[in-house]
Amino acid sequence: MAFDYDKWIRPGKLPHIWCPGCGHGIVMKGLIRAMDTLNLKKEETAVVSGIGCASRLPGYIDCCTLHTAHGRAAAFATGVKMAKPEMNVILVGGDGDGTAIGGNHFIHACRRNINMTYIIMNNYIYGMTGGQFSPCTPTGHKASTTPYGNPDPGFDIAKLAIGAGATFVARGTAFHANQIDKLIAEAIQHKGFSVVEILDDCPTTYGRRNKYKSVIEMMNRLKDVAVPVKAAEKMTAEQLQGKVLTGVLYKDETKPEYTAEYAKVIERAQAAK
Amino acid sequence: MSKKVAFLQGNEAAAHGALYAGCDFFAGYPITPSTEVSEVLSAELPKIGGKFMQMEDEIAAMATILGASLAGAKVCTSTSGPGLSLKQELIGYGCIAEIPCVIYNVMRGGPSTGMPTGPSQSDVMAAKWGTHGDHPAICLTPASVQETYEEMIRAFNLAEKYRTPVMVMPDEIVAHMRERVVFPEKGEIEVVPRKSPTVPPEQYKPYDTSFGDVPPLASFGSGYKFHVTGLNKMQDGFPTTKADVVQAEEERQIRKVDANIDDIVTFEEYMLDDAEVVVVAYGSTSRSARYAVNVAREQGIKAGMFRIKTFWPFPDKQIKALASRVKGIVIPEMNLGMCSLELERCAQGKVPVLGIFRVDGEPINPDQILAKIKEVK
Repeated sequence: MAFDYDKWIRPGKLPHIWCPGCGHGIVMKGLIRAMDTLNLKKEETAVVSGIGCASRLPGYIDCCTLHTAHGRAAAFATGVKMAKPEMNVILVGGDGDGTAIGGNHFIHACRRNINMTYIIMNNYIYGMTGGQFSPCTPTGHKASTTPYGNPDPGFDIAKLAIGAGATFVARGTAFHANQIDKLIAEAIQHKGFSVVEILDDCPTTYGRRNKYKSVIEMMNRLKDVAVPVKAAEKMTAEQLQGKVLTGVLYKDETKPEYTAEYAKVIERAQAAK
Repeated sequence: MSKKVAFLQGNEAAAHGALYAGCDFFAGYPITPSTEVSEVLSAELPKIGGKFMQMEDEIAAMATILGASLAGAKVCTSTSGPGLSLKQELIGYGCIAEIPCVIYNVMRGGPSTGMPTGPSQSDVMAAKWGTHGDHPAICLTPASVQETYEEMIRAFNLAEKYRTPVMVMPDEIVAHMRERVVFPEKGEIEVVPRKSPTVPPEQYKPYDTSFGDVPPLASFGSGYKFHVTGLNKMQDGFPTTKADVVQAEEERQIRKVDANIDDIVTFEEYMLDDAEVVVVAYGSTSRSARYAVNVAREQGIKAGMFRIKTFWPFPDKQIKALASRVKGIVIPEMNLGMCSLELERCAQGKVPVLGIFRVDGEPINPDQILAKIKEVK
């Protein structure tokens, strides 16, 4: 029997705003399957976002949802989690929102290792504003503000998250739809700050400027560049040239989690009273 | 039983006032001259099971208290000029999403880094006009350490009652001077709880105006699921661009304050009954003004003081009434004429408004005010 997504979608809120061919809907379905698999309680789950196409996702989900300001999702979500540590807090957003204007909040949420899951839909572009280059736009590529090719080097979001102290970092793609829910579910179950980067596509503002003839071509690119971490172990550096690793890239279960650490602060303060 | 008394700094009193009001979550970022609030609350909040966070920046501190407030906490942050500039984006979010919170801002010299340890009163306009768009503004300007304590409690009450951010803005002199504080007993000062929904979760709308201009606010994690956004929204919290809905919602947000001015605005009248010259003052400047008025009276000049305790909403009604019965208004302030503009607006040209404006980091002394009082003919 087909999976019933409707039980997680708010009545009357579809159709969504995303363009035909956009992968955000695939990610949303993955998130829904993950929440369903884990049997999360809607009332005990907060889905928090910033600004941008991907950040419109919470509005469709039938949970406690918070569509904040540009880049601020991690900081708002930290407040929700600290006030109600028992809640599941899931952040969603795009690459520009998360790593440019929200970069500081992102790395510090990683550093604290606060028990939340951040799903970053990386489509290499600011889609909602019409296709300006983001910190993830590949060097040389075209955007509405890089008409002569992008001079900026890009971020590797997963490496950024690992370097900043996140304790679960995974990467998937919008093409590998069946893997998304598993990565997200594992991230939610992890006790600590977990980051799931999903390589995504924006045919409207990125694809057509960069000579992708169709959505299928963009999706095929995601299929071609992705190499599961297990498979990569058997490949040479030459074979891995231009490839992107997918799957669970990093996991550390030893670093203390922030809300648990703060509970100890309270214990110490009350013992000293 | 005698009351507990302490010798406290303004910032310390603010922290204790927040605790009296039931603050259980604070997020801040170190900034002179308000850091003592963080230091006190980092020690005191965990003792009562509350939480203190030092965030990565001023914006994060503001975002985090808004998130915590939505999850049911009573929240506060503290900052000063440059931090207030950074927080403005999310103060606007708090206004449109209608999230109770208190922002304690110590006024230091500016613009930019300005004079971090010098007093100023130059953030009063930023309190109303700092964030973009039309929005309600409540700003309290205490003049003593005791009043800072009490105004923090009132700020929490107003934030909950009107479901909006409230600012408490002492100047650096009030924030850093030490005075005797008499702590009220528990229950002596009213603490206003958040208006929670009475309808079952499936009927709840976060901006349901059938409950009046201030709809009840549910908490995340309390059995209610709802949507919050910084976009113009409908009563169910979802975004809209419908002209009539946007207009009505924006007007309601302003009306929460405008229709309740008499409940919010507070002031002190000092020797005003027969006054011919009124000194309008707020914050530490009012202490010099009181002294100047006393000396003027000794010299036979009928001077008085109107002390602004609530800067926003501005006490228009009271100033208009004064302007029609005095010969002149004197306004000493540690900026280049901010309150002065409001007074001129209210005086409508009926009487002269004489300003004493200092931005050199020095307090305005009574002699300066007395000399200006004597200029009123």
